[in-house]
Amino acid sequence: MPPFHRRFLTQPPLLSLYAQLVRYGFRKHATYWGAAAAGAFTNTVFGVLRAYVLIALWRARPGLGGYDITDAVTFCFLTQAYIGPMQVFGGGLEVAQRIRTGDIALDLVRPAPLLLWSLAQDLGRAGYLFLARSLPPTVAGALLLGIVLPGDAAVWAAFAASFALGIVISFGWRYIVAMATCWLRDDRGLTVVSLVLTTFFSGLTLPLVIFPEPLGTIAGALPWAAMVQVPADVYLGKADVPGALAFQAMWAAVLLSLGALLTRAARRKVVIDGG
Amino acid sequence: MIDADRIGRSFRIRGATVHAVRDLSFHVAAGEFVGCLGPNGAGKSTTIKMLTGILAPTSGRVAVAGLDPTRRRTAVAREIGVVFGQRTTLWWDLPLRDSFELVRLLYKVDRARFRERLGELTERLRLGEFLATPVRQLSLGQRMRGDIAAALLHDPSLLVLDEPTIGLDVVSKAEVRAFLRDLNTERGTTVLLTTHDVGDVERLCRRVILIDHGRLAFDGTVDELRATVPGETSIEDVVAHLYLNSSALRTRPPRPGEDSPTATA
Amino acid sequence: MRVYLLLIWTWTRAAARYPTSFALMTVAGTVTAGLEVAAIWIVFSNTTTLGGFDVSEVMFLYGTAGLPFSVADLLFSNTDRISQHIKAGTFDAMLVRPVGTFVQIAADRFTPHRAGRVLQAAIVLGVALARLDVPASRAWMIPVMVACGIVIFTSIWALGGALQFLLTDAPEVTNAFTYGGGTLTQYPLTVYGADLVRGVTYVLPLAFVNWQPGLYVLGRADPMGLPYALRFLSPAAAAALAVVAAFAWRAGVRRYRSTGS
Repeated sequence: MPPFHRRFLTQPPLLSLYAQLVRYGFRKHATYWGAAAAGAFTNTVFGVLRAYVLIALWRARPGLGGYDITDAVTFCFLTQAYIGPMQVFGGGLEVAQRIRTGDIALDLVRPAPLLLWSLAQDLGRAGYLFLARSLPPTVAGALLLGIVLPGDAAVWAAFAASFALGIVISFGWRYIVAMATCWLRDDRGLTVVSLVLTTFFSGLTLPLVIFPEPLGTIAGALPWAAMVQVPADVYLGKADVPGALAFQAMWAAVLLSLGALLTRAARRKVVIDGG
Repeated sequence: MIDADRIGRSFRIRGATVHAVRDLSFHVAAGEFVGCLGPNGAGKSTTIKMLTGILAPTSGRVAVAGLDPTRRRTAVAREIGVVFGQRTTLWWDLPLRDSFELVRLLYKVDRARFRERLGELTERLRLGEFLATPVRQLSLGQRMRGDIAAALLHDPSLLVLDEPTIGLDVVSKAEVRAFLRDLNTERGTTVLLTTHDVGDVERLCRRVILIDHGRLAFDGTVDELRATVPGETSIEDVVAHLYLNSSALRTRPPRPGEDSPTATA
Repeated sequence: MRVYLLLIWTWTRAAARYPTSFALMTVAGTVTAGLEVAAIWIVFSNTTTLGGFDVSEVMFLYGTAGLPFSVADLLFSNTDRISQHIKAGTFDAMLVRPVGTFVQIAADRFTPHRAGRVLQAAIVLGVALARLDVPASRAWMIPVMVACGIVIFTSIWALGGALQFLLTDAPEVTNAFTYGGGTLTQYPLTVYGADLVRGVTYVLPLAFVNWQPGLYVLGRADPMGLPYALRFLSPAAAAALAVVAAFAWRAGVRRYRSTGS
């Protein structure tokens, strides 16, 4: 047997390729630790400011939306903790830059699908930013104002799954936004639209549970809720766990499929039609 | 025009002190054309930065046009024009013409004088065809001509250029050289340039300063430079010889009467 | 100042050459700012008072914070790009120009598309004033507080820029103070903890943007019981902070020129 085939059989190259990409994404972001520390600091400051506004609101309306004050404070710091790993303000993908420079043509002819390639790198990035930008504001919030700490291991497990799905959904959305730049001359407008949708309808600005009806129900059914609001509710024990995870999985599947379709269309446009 | 009196510049890099320039003294009179040579990392750029007010020397004194560039930064800036070959001082996104307009505002050049000067520079440097082009779309040669024009709009008495011919093709190089020579002879502008290109030195400079390991290794005319290495006739070979033997130069104390490269240091 | 105005005018003309892009960014900026108003609307769809203030009063505070903040943001927030200039080497180019570095950085790549935010804040303030019926004997304070607010926020941007000379690799830290300050002042300070309020009264004088003078305009007693005279001290606080910011900026530039980073 030629050595190539033996290697192919003993070591599944695909899996190791993606594991390698995850590692690469992690390491690449680990070199910018100063920026991550600065981000964590800023997330903490904004967490404290927003938490106080929520405290004032819940003082005036105890039990609003099914949360008590500690739930509201916890919600606030959790959402600040999502900003780094889920890149709530947009961006974080190399794809967008490579489309702008035209290097995307090289990526599209690689045998590995671009979507999975980018996802693997993004998961590495999210892993690093979870450590560098999610833990500090959460710990600071717990020390300064006090947050809910679930005692049940099952809640932690459900939260871990929900958080991971949230990252995949955020990737799916950002990938679609980045891919759309293939067809747009000026992508800044789309970037801002995405920013508005993501910050407002995810629950980052205010918890969706206090949105007036029917805005609350509509926002709750959209993919952005699956990024921020749903994992927070799972953490707080306010969600029906199987239903919440199924809702997130559905949006993850929809966004990734859409991303794959866009990749195919982009390949046709860039590789076959020559840009 | 330039008075450098035992200037030195050290940096703290990871706890260790690195002397980029030390005990460097030289004087440039008005109207001179001086080339500054030296191997990579010799301290040429650090010296230029100290002369232009970007870096403060850690020892010694500098005066440019009679002023201290560290304390009187803006006053010195009005007297000098600066060109960095490695990076532009123009604005990437703006057409060249708009960059010039910003320079006009920064140096408070009045409109009539600006128009006259820009017309002159446009003709001499052949800027006309790309005045409306954003700087990022210019070729290196065009960008360099644009940068030189921008540095001269306020009619400075001293022009300092850090590697102005780097990366240019032979035609662009010749154009830049011809322009600088005319600037010096016709307008009397003092020019100090650093370079790795001995062609610049041979064709332009009446005087050469050689910096090595942060110290002055030679200061004299081009002919004197050639004479330092007996038997070599091309400047290129002389300079290569000096760079290769630079450590010997540095450690050997100059003996009185000897035709040593360090004799003037 | 004259140089600054001429410079931003030149950049504005440059931006006007791409009208669609410009319009798009203006609209986008206004919409983003509109979300903050939407957030206030959602809060008040759930309650009638927040921190002891009703919706008109909160809108008044939002407007008197948002107006100076957005003016300072429009005119001087480019100073938070200083670390980019340092890394790209363009700061060296600024040092060989005969104009102050603060003016050069503030004017660099100026675009007026943030003006939409100024308008939006002015509208909120106008609506609040129409609902509040402030007597003319106290309304004189409003232009004073807006002017002082512009000075205070500009000084914070300058301080943030000065900080970036030290923290060149972590410029995002300054956002906590600049945008954080803008966010903090949008709501009545009664919602924040007492320590935080003392901090923004006596250390980083954000309370003098709209809180202390705002209490005067609204004719309200200080819920924190701080001295009455504080509500007239905005000009003094603004002047003091501006002096500190000017020194910090100079120290930052001096550090750059002596370390050569």
